[in-house]
Amino acid sequence: MILEVTDAGFAYPGGKKVFSNISFSLADREVLCILGPNGIGKSTLIRCLANLYDLCSGSIRLFGKEMSGLHQVEIAKKVGYVPQAHEIVFPFSVRDFILMGRAPHLAAFSAPGKEDYEIAMEKIELVGIEKITEKPVNMISGGEYQLAMIARALAQEPAILLLDEPTSHLDFGNQVRILEIIDQLAESGLSVIMSSHFPDHAFLTSNSVAIMKYGTFMAYGLAEDVVTEANLRQTYGVDVSITYSNDVARHICVPHRSGKCRCGSKLPTGCSGNSSIVEPPGGSSTM
Amino acid sequence: MTTVTNRISSTYMAIRPFFKRKVISTILIYGTLPVLFVASLFLGQYDVSPSHVIDLLGAPFLNLLPEEIIHVNPSWTAAEYNIVYVIRLPRVIAAVLVGSGLALAGAAYQGLFKNPLVSPDILGVSSGAGFGAALAILLSAGAFMTQLSAFCFGILAVAITYLLSRFYRTTPTLILVLSGIIVGAFFTALISLTKYLADPYEKLPAITFWLMGSLAAVRYTDLLLVAPPILAAATILILIRWRINLLAVGDDEARALGIDTKRMSQIIILCSTLITAGAVCIAGIIGWVGLVVPHLCRMLVGPDYRKLLPVTIILGASYLLIIDDIARNLTSAEIPLGILTAIIGAPFFAYLLRKRSVGWT
Repeated sequence: MILEVTDAGFAYPGGKKVFSNISFSLADREVLCILGPNGIGKSTLIRCLANLYDLCSGSIRLFGKEMSGLHQVEIAKKVGYVPQAHEIVFPFSVRDFILMGRAPHLAAFSAPGKEDYEIAMEKIELVGIEKITEKPVNMISGGEYQLAMIARALAQEPAILLLDEPTSHLDFGNQVRILEIIDQLAESGLSVIMSSHFPDHAFLTSNSVAIMKYGTFMAYGLAEDVVTEANLRQTYGVDVSITYSNDVARHICVPHRSGKCRCGSKLPTGCSGNSSIVEPPGGSSTM
Repeated sequence: MTTVTNRISSTYMAIRPFFKRKVISTILIYGTLPVLFVASLFLGQYDVSPSHVIDLLGAPFLNLLPEEIIHVNPSWTAAEYNIVYVIRLPRVIAAVLVGSGLALAGAAYQGLFKNPLVSPDILGVSSGAGFGAALAILLSAGAFMTQLSAFCFGILAVAITYLLSRFYRTTPTLILVLSGIIVGAFFTALISLTKYLADPYEKLPAITFWLMGSLAAVRYTDLLLVAPPILAAATILILIRWRINLLAVGDDEARALGIDTKRMSQIIILCSTLITAGAVCIAGIIGWVGLVVPHLCRMLVGPDYRKLLPVTIILGASYLLIIDDIARNLTSAEIPLGILTAIIGAPFFAYLLRKRSVGWT
């Protein structure tokens, strides 16, 4: 296993617990998609996996080695982290921005050389942003910026790519384009963990899916087993239909308008708004 | 055939303005400093002709050669020799050292704090050094002790800022800036206190003039004292300059790229503090250089610290040389440097911002 997470738990210092008892593993070329409502701790989990936060309990093993015992440079050679898009103050060119991904392979006093430029250009071509290499990184579109960040993480030449909501803030076409690139990367040998707000994305790219809720993985397994109507209703408090589409040869996930769904025959409890949400264990619904 | 020629000529047309601009700006940037350096030696109240200055500067090197090959006939008077070598040269070297140092420290801090509006005194080094000097003047401690006291209190102020920021466990850079404001305000109050206590006929003016900044009193001994820490710290910043880029993008991202951000910020803070404290203790408080020059350079060569830092050093030195030349030539009495850097720097900065090519958003 490339990455093995056992009983991981995290709480902010002096603050409330974010998640606990999370266990999963990641195989070669596997794409794991983490779903879950806003503020549930998906980003925090991904930061823990990048060793940006230390776990409070449990362990993360990277290629069989305990992550907390590894130097950050060693981790950076194995794990590429693509954060959520944020503003950058200084107008670095896209090429210089992507070159920064070479940092873990360079000594403290050195700067990127010819070989690093070649690797950066290769990654730029891989994600298809050759036309904007000279542009300032704060003047490009959201989709291009996301691709630039992915290219920067790829320039690290990692084995695992962590993507924190790579499709948020993107238009429909760019969402699909990013997912396709993630798919290609997995085929070319990378393991990917990404968080997403769109259950449909799980069907588009992923082998396995985890749903985060109640401070842990509520469900974890193959996409078809995890992304179910019942699980999504419980997670997001909305009704969805999951059907197999022959047109696209995969499952698709379609939300209903609250209170107006035509699924009465399928759901005996009816589906007027939030009435069918399963109460979380030991607590009241906070929807 | 014509298509090939067309393509070549169109490629040439496309790169020509870029090439031309780049070469010209590089020559301007790097060529200005030596010209200013020599010019600053013959500009002044006492006239020394430019040719004599060049003869004087060349003499020590020519004297190294055997007498038979070349014999140097002094074209200058003893007074000229004194003016150039004893009074003007240390002052000009100091202007280069202080100007480039302040600009370099400002550029490094702007990257560290991911904010283009940061100047080298953000962590309180100038207020601390100012208090150190004021206290020494109040206690009639002499020139050397005044410098030493300024240097030590400057470093002490930053140390307090850093320790204070460790108390709170939130966003590190934001807390650092706030701690810097706290410590800066504290030492500014202490400066006011020493001024209030000082004898208004002798020590109060001395303190006030010191705080306004001047290079008039700089001698070689002062340079020997501050040059080693400034040069050592500057060398380190230059060596790690590519990595400052990573800090400027974001803490989390830098760490995810394998950078030890905590150690890196400690190094940058330590180096910038040594540079600024060294500069302030021989020159007094000179604002604006560390803010305006990195800006100007970012407009010229972009935000990449590999190119930005060398240009910042050169232009910082040139800027302060010009300011110092104005300070000692504009009127018969010297104008304090701190006043001029702001009077010239502020409108210039306003103009830069107006041009909308500030190099940040």
